[in-house]
Amino acid sequence: MKIGVFVCHCGSNIEGTVDTKTVAEASLDFPEVTFATDTMYACSEPGQDGIIEAIEEHKLDGVVVASCTPRMHEPTFRKTLERAGLNPYMFEMANIREHVSWIGKDREANTNKAADLVRIAVEKLRRNQPLTPKEFDINRRVLVIGGGVAGIQAALDCAEAGLEVVMVERESTIGGKMAKLDKTFPTVDCSSCILGPRMVEIAQHPNITLYAYSEVESVSGYVGNFEVQVKKKATYVDWAKCTGCGECVEKCPSRKAPDPFNELLAPGRAINIPFPQAIPKKAYIQAEHCIKLTKDKCGNCAKVCPSDAINFEAKDEIITEEVGGIIAATGYDLFDWTVYEEYGGGRYPDVVTSLQYERMLSASGPTGGHVKRPSDGKEPKKVVFIQCVGSRDKSVGRPYCSGFCCMYTAKQAILTKDHIPDSESYVFYMDIRAPGKLYDEFTRRAMEEYGAQYIRGRVGMVYPDGEGQLVVRGADTLMGTQVEVKADLVVLAVGAEAAKNSPQLAEKLRISYDAYGFFMEGHPKLKPVETNTAGVYLAGACQGAKDIPASVGQGSAAAAKVIGLFSKEKLKSDPQTALVDIKRCIGCGKCAETCPFGAINMTEFRGQPKAEVLETVCQGCGLCAATCPQGAVQLKHFTDNQILAEVEALCRF
Amino acid sequence: MSKLSYAYYPGCSGQGTSMEYEMSTRALCEALDIDLKEIPDWSCCGSTPAHACDHVLSAALSGRNLGLAADMGEDCVLTPCPSCLTNLKNAGQHMSGSEEFKEKVNKLLDEPIGEIPDVKSVLQILFEDLGPKGVKEKVIKPLSGLKVVTYYGCILTRPPKLMEFDSEENPISMDRLMEAAGAKVLPFPLKTECCGASHGVARKDLVMKLSGKLLDMAEQLGADAVVTACPLCQMNLDLRQGQVNSANKTSHKLPVFYYTQLLGWALGLPQAQLGLDKLCVNPMPALRGIGKKEDAA
Ligand SMILES: Cc1cc2nc3c(=O)[nH]c(=O)nc-3n(C[C@H](O)[C@H](O)[C@H](O)COP(=O)(O)OP(=O)(O)OC[C@H]3O[C@@H](n4cnc5c(N)ncnc54)[C@H](O)[C@@H]3O)c2cc1C
Repeated sequence: MKIGVFVCHCGSNIEGTVDTKTVAEASLDFPEVTFATDTMYACSEPGQDGIIEAIEEHKLDGVVVASCTPRMHEPTFRKTLERAGLNPYMFEMANIREHVSWIGKDREANTNKAADLVRIAVEKLRRNQPLTPKEFDINRRVLVIGGGVAGIQAALDCAEAGLEVVMVERESTIGGKMAKLDKTFPTVDCSSCILGPRMVEIAQHPNITLYAYSEVESVSGYVGNFEVQVKKKATYVDWAKCTGCGECVEKCPSRKAPDPFNELLAPGRAINIPFPQAIPKKAYIQAEHCIKLTKDKCGNCAKVCPSDAINFEAKDEIITEEVGGIIAATGYDLFDWTVYEEYGGGRYPDVVTSLQYERMLSASGPTGGHVKRPSDGKEPKKVVFIQCVGSRDKSVGRPYCSGFCCMYTAKQAILTKDHIPDSESYVFYMDIRAPGKLYDEFTRRAMEEYGAQYIRGRVGMVYPDGEGQLVVRGADTLMGTQVEVKADLVVLAVGAEAAKNSPQLAEKLRISYDAYGFFMEGHPKLKPVETNTAGVYLAGACQGAKDIPASVGQGSAAAAKVIGLFSKEKLKSDPQTALVDIKRCIGCGKCAETCPFGAINMTEFRGQPKAEVLETVCQGCGLCAATCPQGAVQLKHFTDNQILAEVEALCRF
Repeated sequence: MSKLSYAYYPGCSGQGTSMEYEMSTRALCEALDIDLKEIPDWSCCGSTPAHACDHVLSAALSGRNLGLAADMGEDCVLTPCPSCLTNLKNAGQHMSGSEEFKEKVNKLLDEPIGEIPDVKSVLQILFEDLGPKGVKEKVIKPLSGLKVVTYYGCILTRPPKLMEFDSEENPISMDRLMEAAGAKVLPFPLKTECCGASHGVARKDLVMKLSGKLLDMAEQLGADAVVTACPLCQMNLDLRQGQVNSANKTSHKLPVFYYTQLLGWALGLPQAQLGLDKLCVNPMPALRGIGKKEDAA
């Protein structure tokens, strides 16, 4: 074998603390290395051309590039080898950037370590085998999880492109947070007027199947061929029969059930249709509040239902769907602000969240769009907004900025003036973050045209003055004084956090999530809607707090990715899979038991039980190889021999 | 349960301005079967004057007492006074956190300090170690019908990282103990507001304003009494209540108890042991109302 080694400078990223020339020279002493050089940017066009030329000139049959993490550029260099006529798997990468130059300053030590890493890569490469991927068919259906504005956008774009879409929404209606909003910044157009028609399209589109009040139970398979179990939670209403007339809600005597759509501002009924424009507009029963289901009395709804849709016997149902791609669009939830004892910790009824305030402003809300404060139903004349509640606050474990709160607070200040012309609004803020198109102009309008008083400083305390108002005490850091404002209503601009159970969903999808539960994109700049799992994409606030325009943008982007994926004739499987050495296999079946992907079948060979790997299902995780008591299962490209050779290369002395 | 026992640091105000706090604390603990072992030859904790000018000196003053407690073989020191608590805890935490600091302190001490004991308020161990249930079992004269507001003051639970007790914004330990004794605790929103503290000397006007606000709010909520755990708070609200009244043109007559006095009363301890006669605003009308108002309501 003839091996070529290319040691990359990565500009000064590596060369700054590693003597790449010396590393290249040292490489020439390693077995079967016949060519070695340093190169400015191995990944650039001239860099790649240099590799191709060297392969041709020196008749190389394997290449090591010592540069950065294989995450980004392993595919790049494999293609380079292919262009030079080599098998792309006759390639190894030594990571001398993240593992060497970026973490140490001692040039000599770094240079030695880099040479060691190259030696390891060479020893592995000497034992590499040419591998060829298999081709397989794609199931051109896509699953969209979450029916907020991001999921809706993604689903409609896919459906319009001719793909079959399955949408799974946890609540009984799609729409997400946007459906709860009154108006939207920066144009102050009516939220349900722009979202409503999109929701109707979801219901009516022939390519879309919607499972509302459902959740993803489990996911198996791989890109192009996922199998998804969807749990349809029992609604106790046969949605095929329900017409959404609302008779049952009217007659339900259980009047203290929560009404999550209205953010618990007012109690709801045990049987519920969230709002008039709900999609699907169907009733569902909250079992733990239903008198019939808990005490076996009542049953009013069944009596009044004109279409005989109530079914108290209903059970959860599991449905299996097969899809080729998945878009996660599960959005966000609001931070539980009650940890802020200084704002009353939930003890004062007239301290509300921003989303509750949206419901108070909305014509479809519990007060019919008339702002009435919860304690006594009076119209507030002085409203104080407190920004950054559970946002940019390390003390509550939320150091990040939720991004949209500055904007929606300005919007709510404007709307307050529209609703109550003789009102005054005060906004306590830390900084105003309004970097979008027309955004800064919008916050200025709130101040200059609508007279909102912006006070730069944190609020230290909110307490009832005992006479019906709330005292809001904070700092005015521009004036350098303490300020106290007496308010009729206090609105907390509560920050965003990952949607409930995001980590659990991420694990089902086998994608990563960050310390706060937001899903991780493939690359923070270059792969904003991809994940590290092929075939799974992200859209909207599930990847990090973002406003509607950005969520919609990602919805379309994720759809474009799926459409691109499905535009291929066939997909190629990764050939780095497990392989059973039939002579060594004793047929114990342990590998089949441990395989998390069901990629191992037990078969018979000359009357003996043997294991067999389904190459297109195998994900190359290596669990079977570690389990096999005989060493009969080996992971191609990562065989025991290769790993041992690497260890030996490192422990020479 | 084995008998609760702790080293005890009374603090200087207990010898003078808050004698009744000291008396009632000892009487209450005895009645609850809690052993308070006074630190022999204890000295000033260094409160306010020392830590305002020199941290090492201040820590040495507290450290001496912590060292004496450790010599007694105790691993936890109790004090009723929040100011002492702050200083003792601060010294302990600083020395545990930095060998260098500890060395500096030890240079000033005759006997270098080794193991550093824990420091807690009497309130904390009543709430955490004995618990409201433990108090309730011993109540023989429940405070039925007595409406109180609990006032913790600004330092008892703050800064939270130092005090490591209760909530810094909405503490509830005294509330639960008072409820265990049968009192009705009103939702007082100013539990941790400043009373003006030692500004009473230099800026009396501040105390008139701040303490006045506390008394106004208590009155507005319909409280029969204020319950405190801090000598300085108690003094500003009780001793200066007349001054507050004349400065603000109010006519409050709110008795201001130490929580130990009211718990002691509920446990049926004799008045003399509770130092009720030391209070400026006459507590007797409120105490006599106990049990009676309930029928009316
Ligand atoms: C008070 C307030 C006012 C706002 N005002 C504006 C504004 O004026 N303009 C603007 O641009 N932005 C505004 N925003 C931000 C806006 O809400 C978000 O940008 C937008 O909702 C993000 O859309 P999404 O689809 O990513 O997430 P979401 O709206 O959160 O939708 C996610 C959907 O997924 C569902 N879901 C969650 N988990 C699962 C699961 N495991 N399985 C199935 N389904 C699941 C949820 O039920 C929900 O329907 C505001 C936010 C708040 C809090």
